[in-house]
Amino acid sequence: MATTIRAEAGPLRRYAPLLGVALIVLYCLLPFYWMMVSAFRRPSDQFDNSIIPRPFSFDNIKDVFKEGTGFGRGLANSLLVAGTVTILTLVIGLVAAYTLARLDFRGKNLVLAIIITTSMFPGISLIVPLLKLFIDIKWINTYQAMIVPSLSFALPLAVWTLTSFFRQMPRELEQAAMVDGCTPAQAFRKVILPLAAPGVFTTAIITFIAAWNEFLIALTMVQVKEKQTANVIISQFTGAAGRDQPFGSQMAAGVIVTIPLVIAVLLFQRRIVAGLTAGGVK
Amino acid sequence: MSAPTPVAAERPVNQPPTSEKVRRHDEGTGKLAAILLSPTMLVLGLVVLFPIISALRESLYQPGGVDPETGFVTEGDTFVGLDNYTAIFTGDTADRFWNAFYNTTFFTVTCVVLETILGVAMALVMHKAFRGRAVVRASILVPWAIPTVVSALLWKWIFQADGAANAIIGRQVLWSTEGWQSVASVIIADTWKTAPFIGLLVLAGLQTIPNEVYEAAKVDGASVFQQFRMITLPLVKPALLVAVLFRMLDTLRIFDLPFVLVGPHKDSVETLSMLAYDEAFNTRYGPAAAYATVLFIYVAVVAFAFVKLLGADVIGDAAVRKPKKKKKGDSAPPGVGAAGLGGLTAGGGV
Repeated sequence: MATTIRAEAGPLRRYAPLLGVALIVLYCLLPFYWMMVSAFRRPSDQFDNSIIPRPFSFDNIKDVFKEGTGFGRGLANSLLVAGTVTILTLVIGLVAAYTLARLDFRGKNLVLAIIITTSMFPGISLIVPLLKLFIDIKWINTYQAMIVPSLSFALPLAVWTLTSFFRQMPRELEQAAMVDGCTPAQAFRKVILPLAAPGVFTTAIITFIAAWNEFLIALTMVQVKEKQTANVIISQFTGAAGRDQPFGSQMAAGVIVTIPLVIAVLLFQRRIVAGLTAGGVK
Repeated sequence: MSAPTPVAAERPVNQPPTSEKVRRHDEGTGKLAAILLSPTMLVLGLVVLFPIISALRESLYQPGGVDPETGFVTEGDTFVGLDNYTAIFTGDTADRFWNAFYNTTFFTVTCVVLETILGVAMALVMHKAFRGRAVVRASILVPWAIPTVVSALLWKWIFQADGAANAIIGRQVLWSTEGWQSVASVIIADTWKTAPFIGLLVLAGLQTIPNEVYEAAKVDGASVFQQFRMITLPLVKPALLVAVLFRMLDTLRIFDLPFVLVGPHKDSVETLSMLAYDEAFNTRYGPAAAYATVLFIYVAVVAFAFVKLLGADVIGDAAVRKPKKKKKGDSAPPGVGAAGLGGLTAGGGV
């Protein structure tokens, strides 16, 4: 109904939302576009402000992977850390989320409140004591020193998002399965889990992006280049050029780190939005 | 510590009727739930609760030094009571602390206000738009997906002395130097990255408002502005409050952006997280833990105040899975909607 009302209105009414949408798209994408443009300029005309890179060049991208930058290794480290965090989080969080979504027990809201509260804690107040602990148990410069603290923000995020997804599934599903002779555990494994796969997958993407973007923990816990994540490596780029901050290669590295996430976002935008708004949590 | 708890207690658990049946034949539900929840709670205890407590303990110690009485160098840490805290508030480093405290607060207030206004505007535009929804949804996720470090470097590049920002405004501002300009650059970068996210959450809230409510208001002769103030704002308030709360808590612990965009040891942008990190980096764990604990308490107080005063219903979405029904019921006569939804105050309404 509302559609027809608006369609009959004047051209201003009709095109104003479209203009607004265009503004939002520009707002979101222009800085990102600038990063891409800067990445594909020749290092010699890095400070050129033209809107398209002319001549187009892959020199910055090549510089990023030059020996000694450690960027390739950093990417692998990021993948390892974020991947492990995502898998651990899903394995641990799945059961908890299902329990919170389905079982009625006393103190459920308290548990939900505790989980949501833990995600609000400032990272630094967890990192300072963990840093000292990790020094004592010789965990500094190890992968687990990055993975374990990352659970502190990834786990609440995953449990929260998964709980919302499980809640959206009708209870009749398990009831039907149990009428057919499944135990509750079987109903979960054989009926719910396959049906919840999209939600689990979405949660995995959101958790992975959160873990991939983590900086403070990686910066604090690891000092050797071989174990540092891509984010830390980029921020400490000295580049091949030397004294000046190597913005060209930093933009190129930024593009490389971001492109997989942007592709994932483009492919799964509908689901990601559903996951983000269902959880209501970043 | 568990700020949202009181809200949870106030709210009757609105379970579907089937729960009665489930409860009847599941006597051991509580025990089962405890078993199933234990891995998550155990991990959270280890990576969250334990560090918080040991930070509290740590903040009462200082690294060993020369014992003033015996003259020997002491091994390990010495207990100094609340010295680290008194040093924060009144000692030599008090100025640095208050500066960081002010910066953190200033960033939080400015960024969240800007992001909320922009985010709500974006959500309203997206809600009205019928074409290009997929494009706008995809592009709005891009700033969210970019790692904060990368966005910090990106903005650092834009704010270069001979970068894009100066080329556009046609002036030579040295953005990364101490002063208002570095503060502005951090605020701009943060707003760019997170305003779309608020827009996304508010849009989800907008989409739950039934169209009939607006139509009824139109029939009653409400202007567009009146509709926004009396219907839209009160009805998206729950979603908006949660978004704002999370943004506030996130900005209070801001670290990556000023650290990479402007750099450490810059008075203009040093935040509490950066201060605590700097102390820990220089192996002064006691003071670092004290700073971290102060920040923790600050965050907890803000969260608690927000939930208590404005009634942000943080766990509502998961606890009650029937928001639409509730909203409809509450807002049936459009004018009444201004009373607010589940909120203790009519912050968004009259």
